[in-house]
Amino acid sequence: MLTVASVPPAQLRSRLASTGLRLRTGQFVTCVRSAIPQVADGIALLYGEYPLAGDDSFTDFHLNLSRPPGLRGWWRPQVQVDHDGAKPFTPLPLDQAFPMLEWAMNWCVSSRVQSCLVIHAAVIEKNGRAAILPAPPGSGKSTLCAALIHRGWRLLSDELTLVSLDSGELTGLARPVSLKNASIEVIRAWAPDAVFSPSVRDTVKGTVAHMKAPSESIARVDEPALPAWIVFPRYVADAAPELAPIPKARAFLRVAENAFNYSLLGVAGFHAVAELIERSDAYDFRYSRLDDAVAAFDRLAGVAP
Amino acid sequence: MTLLLSILRAPRTMGELDLAGWELLLRQAAAANLSATLACLSEEEGLADRIPPAARRHLDWARTIEARHRQAVAFEVREIQRALDELGLPVILLKGAAYVAAGLPAGRGRLFSDIDVLVPKAQLPDVEASLMLGGWAATHLDAYDQRYYREWMHELPPMVHIRRGNAIDVHHAILPETAPLRPDPGKLRAAAQPVPGLPGVATLAPADMVLHSAVHLFFEGEFDKGLRDLFDIHRLLREFGSRPGFWQGLPARAGELELARPLFYALRYCRRLLGTAVPQDVLDAVAPAAPNRALLWLMDQLFARALQPLHPSCEDRFSGLARFALYVRGNWLRMPPLLLSRHLFHKAFISPRTQASEAH
Repeated sequence: MLTVASVPPAQLRSRLASTGLRLRTGQFVTCVRSAIPQVADGIALLYGEYPLAGDDSFTDFHLNLSRPPGLRGWWRPQVQVDHDGAKPFTPLPLDQAFPMLEWAMNWCVSSRVQSCLVIHAAVIEKNGRAAILPAPPGSGKSTLCAALIHRGWRLLSDELTLVSLDSGELTGLARPVSLKNASIEVIRAWAPDAVFSPSVRDTVKGTVAHMKAPSESIARVDEPALPAWIVFPRYVADAAPELAPIPKARAFLRVAENAFNYSLLGVAGFHAVAELIERSDAYDFRYSRLDDAVAAFDRLAGVAP
Repeated sequence: MTLLLSILRAPRTMGELDLAGWELLLRQAAAANLSATLACLSEEEGLADRIPPAARRHLDWARTIEARHRQAVAFEVREIQRALDELGLPVILLKGAAYVAAGLPAGRGRLFSDIDVLVPKAQLPDVEASLMLGGWAATHLDAYDQRYYREWMHELPPMVHIRRGNAIDVHHAILPETAPLRPDPGKLRAAAQPVPGLPGVATLAPADMVLHSAVHLFFEGEFDKGLRDLFDIHRLLREFGSRPGFWQGLPARAGELELARPLFYALRYCRRLLGTAVPQDVLDAVAPAAPNRALLWLMDQLFARALQPLHPSCEDRFSGLARFALYVRGNWLRMPPLLLSRHLFHKAFISPRTQASEAH
């Protein structure tokens, strides 16, 4: 199986700029085209271990990142993304090209895929059982996810939890983890060997950097996991760790609220959430120190601290 | 010929596509807003087992969206009917909502963002008031936009339901007040037909439905959904063509409503692009409505490009020019030149400044 790293850097750039690079992330193939150096650098840095789809396989999404035409590009360069001609986002400053690729890849899944319940949540696994971390932005979901995947948990996704409507299983994407502002330095210190894309300042989310997914998570992306816990994290400065159970009916509503396609799926969406809640214990989790969080999650998974 | 067009002409041939063919087809269909239509066609042809799983997954996604859309349309139509019930009018649905409500093949897989209804002009104020009581709020509140819609157009400014966010366009005619053609809306309303199973809801009569679809496509300026609209006409003609009296009455009705020219274009491009079967005597009857030969040559060049899917694989070097020329033409046909220049001047220079000063 060919990986991105098997393509020499010069060839990677020219392929991105011409026919595009067909990147496989879990069950989806995205063809990325771009002549923008930041895009090629980001892919080379963070996607080296991902498989390339063969020429005879099917491409699900077609993204093209380019600089919009016009005079503006001379004094304030921008990047725009189109999905096969459709432009779902307003252009951004050029230095946000790589984060924009990540956001556009998320958008492809969250707006198109209807064979799964798609929840805005991180999802990690240990011993075949998965913890889903849904949460509004700013609650520390990605930070917690980034910390746990460097302490024995496997990354399925830091943004999009895919619950199969057929089997109720969770399937992963194992893409880079998006970190914001202070979390970037926190995780650098927590996992000194982790690889980060250059920080990009002044995005709508503040300063953003992406962290490479652990190799084992990428290699095992096709292994599904069964849901076991739904944990709503909240970072509270100086708080002692506290795992508080949530009644199932309440957990149902909170999961539904965080799903992109709950109402679109209709009856199937209702059953998917119901089954997920049935299989999982739900908690509110308050924490301030990542060591406490690791201990709490390991206790859940039945691992001796 | 474009892949999507050849499949729309003969949906059964979908079964012969390889994986690369499916990828291209799905990309073109998505660009033409026809993904769900393609999914429905593949089901009608019973091809599920012959479609590669990777492609079928995309069709299933589109089908899920379509099912939800269909459900939402049915709900919204009932709500609109309920809001207008006290006025004792039939709610005459137009275009997509009409195809879906009447259960026509043209409604299968058809996605649209607003519901269009036709009511008598004299009752516009009552309709607007009843809809507002039902929770729909006016948009386009700027004084110039209000005047644009209320004086010159054939519809109220679009209204949006404050909780559900669904839009309704209330029309009193099918062409703007300022257009040179003035099909009599009274005649359209008089011929409207009730929708079985939906009391208080009606659609235009078959011939009028085709004519409205034709005038909408060939007298408008935007063609980003042109192929979808042409396929609507194709499916309406196929469905109604088997009903007795339809073909015989169509040219005469077009003459009566001053819509012979758009019917001529609709039949011409349905046949050319989609292979629609049209009886020879109908073609003969609309032939006098054709433009002169030079203009017809030009229109052939423009429509052959603008009615393609809006996808890079379907473009040639003149596609952009063709769409732009038709955009100018569409506006030209809506308003007399002086009024049009004034409208475009206002939109270009005055509206942006008003919006900017209101924002501060």
